[in-house]
Amino acid sequence: MDIFLQQLINGLTLGSIYGLIAIGYTMVFGIIGMVNFAHGDVFMVGTFTAFIMFLLLTTVLGITSIFLVLAIVLVVAMAFTGLVNWTIERAAYRPLRGSFRLAPMISAIGMSILLSNFVQVAQGPRNKALPPILPDVIVVWDSGNYQVTLAYKQILIMVVTVVLLAAFWWLVQKTPLGRAQRACEQDRKMAALLGVDVDRTISLTFVIGAALAAVAGVLYLTYYGVVNFADGFVPGVKAFTAAVLGGIGSLPGAVLGGLLIGLIETFWSAYFSIEYKDVAAFSILAITLVFMPQGLLGRPEVEKV
Amino acid sequence: MTATASPGTPGVLGAAIKDALISAVLTALLLTPLVGFRATEDGGGPLILTYRFGLVAIFAGIVAVLRLVLNLTLWRPGRTRVKRPPSPALVAFTDRIGTAAKPAFFVLLVIYPVLAVLASGGLGPSRYWIDIGIYILTYVMLGWGLNIVVGLAGLLDLGYVAFYAVGAYTFALLSTSVPVSDFFAGALGADFWRLWSFWVCLPACGLLAAMWGVILGFPVLRLRGDYLAIVTLAFGEIIRLVLINWVDLTNGGAGISSIPPITFFGIPFSSGDDGFAALFGLTFDPMHRNIFLYFIILGLAGLTAVATIRLRRMPVGRAWEALREDEIACRSLGINTTLTKLTAFSIGAMFGGFAGAFFAVRIRFVSPESFTFLESAVILAIVVLGGLGSQIGVAVSAILLIGGMEMLRNLTFLKSDWLLGPDFDPSLYRMLIFGFAMVAVMAWRPRGLVSSRLATIFLKQRKKVSADLVAEGHG
Repeated sequence: MDIFLQQLINGLTLGSIYGLIAIGYTMVFGIIGMVNFAHGDVFMVGTFTAFIMFLLLTTVLGITSIFLVLAIVLVVAMAFTGLVNWTIERAAYRPLRGSFRLAPMISAIGMSILLSNFVQVAQGPRNKALPPILPDVIVVWDSGNYQVTLAYKQILIMVVTVVLLAAFWWLVQKTPLGRAQRACEQDRKMAALLGVDVDRTISLTFVIGAALAAVAGVLYLTYYGVVNFADGFVPGVKAFTAAVLGGIGSLPGAVLGGLLIGLIETFWSAYFSIEYKDVAAFSILAITLVFMPQGLLGRPEVEKV
Repeated sequence: MTATASPGTPGVLGAAIKDALISAVLTALLLTPLVGFRATEDGGGPLILTYRFGLVAIFAGIVAVLRLVLNLTLWRPGRTRVKRPPSPALVAFTDRIGTAAKPAFFVLLVIYPVLAVLASGGLGPSRYWIDIGIYILTYVMLGWGLNIVVGLAGLLDLGYVAFYAVGAYTFALLSTSVPVSDFFAGALGADFWRLWSFWVCLPACGLLAAMWGVILGFPVLRLRGDYLAIVTLAFGEIIRLVLINWVDLTNGGAGISSIPPITFFGIPFSSGDDGFAALFGLTFDPMHRNIFLYFIILGLAGLTAVATIRLRRMPVGRAWEALREDEIACRSLGINTTLTKLTAFSIGAMFGGFAGAFFAVRIRFVSPESFTFLESAVILAIVVLGGLGSQIGVAVSAILLIGGMEMLRNLTFLKSDWLLGPDFDPSLYRMLIFGFAMVAVMAWRPRGLVSSRLATIFLKQRKKVSADLVAEGHG
């Protein structure tokens, strides 16, 4: 019971991070029907930017208040990663819209290789570690020989995730931008005829997806304290799994899928084997796509001939 | 600015300058966080930040100048591209070149080791060039194998490296296995397994890989396009993770070493009396083995090419291409799509398995490191950049990509003091340039280098189908 509770806490923390990345996959797929293969590496760029900003603020500028530092890091990382993804969309994906089917995917794979190797060349191949952020924990439950703890950073991660998801939900449901986005998702041509600027909407979708990935990056950095140029691939695939599991194209599905993947991963590591935890994630991906391609909350795809 | 502005008017120039400035600012913004700052641990202490804003400024300047020049020349608004029909003499000439190209290419491949030896002056110094030849041909073969799956059948496979791994590990495990060796020692002599293992295992590797092709192909029969790609990626990664974690069988991340070397059909390449050199009256040279390896991979690649060409003329090959063009139409014409997809997966996988066995016997060491997703991406990039379905295109793109990446190592002039300094390592930039090339080629020629298709079946006269007419279904 005590281990179960601990893994539940850890799983929900990890799941929040996956959920934030998964939204980027699901939004882009919903609006232009493309698997943005580079999204995991965009997340890594966000994490690395956060890392550099953190060093800049603490060691060079000497700001001591951890919450102030985190807030600045969050804003800068979101803005920068959004800019990066905006550029990627303009340069690599937009010219290929309407090209043959495989072209955007190949371009995205190339972009993924480009981003991770760019960071490797610019920052070196080694792991970069930060001093522990918010190391304190609260003991939630003590069963005598095992303490169930909830770290401050885990609370921070969950609070930030919930607040940002609420803001994001408001953006999609209540603002003109969100309306344009949902319109493009349903029918791009019709939306264009009704005066929606489709190109701008797609660009903004990429920016929002990247900003949420950057939030995930900041939280990932706070949680693990380490970043590496190759860190985009596996979290990216897991977040994609989350998006597929929740039903690709569905925003609540992405969050639900993220939480499920986080929970499955931690429980699998705790009860079965930690070595095979990535195998579990990849297997879920394959099984979901083969047997339940519409996911938990997605709409079944109807094919018209 | 108007679109009809004549060249050189301030409108065009002004717009170009504005665009150059904007792109310079954008480049600077994009590069500042990750290039302008660098976290280093100089002296082993905690990480400190160093600054490289000069570098950012240089890059921004380069981008600005490049865009300015392009906007005033190639991308100038209102510039009409003159499209002249090619002159008949040129067409006749290219046609003649076209028919002569394939035999010439083949002859060049066969005499390549001779040329390498002559050009570098001796067997020893030619080692580098022979090894590059082997390296490139391995990728040509892998590209041709994947071409069956992606180019002919239109099934996007991102986990092709799994079959390469299956082939390599099958050979590594069988050839180093003590019980198998003992079994053959009892039946056919003590040295038999050490000398013949590659030749016995090669078919087994292909068959096993083909079997895995069917096993992995079966669950994904219903999937198409992006989903198929992702599932095959997942399978490829699962196989790699199992290879890492199943330590009892595969020795985990440490890999399997001491794989027996290649033999000339049972004759070892050794300096002893029963060695290759002694039997053929040559002076012993370790390069004999490398040259032999070159011819083996040439033979295997040739087998792949010939098999593909023959298969394309058979009903199954026609069914593959029909499947690629339109799955629904294919099914309504009574083609068994299940069988068609499975044959494509298994035959493609079989050639991957052969290449894997070759890889294992060449390096004599296998570890999961060699079979990452990046490898799959490289092979797929070769196929796509070459032009889906075009064998000559795949070969050319393998030579350009793999050979080009190798040549980057040789750019030593960049290390001179006045340019980038002696610390500069061009080979670090290989994958960076590779990723950039993938993006750029997709933007420039999304159909790859050889984008037109030759119809396999025709009335009276064979015509090229140009890229714009080739529309694919969703298959």
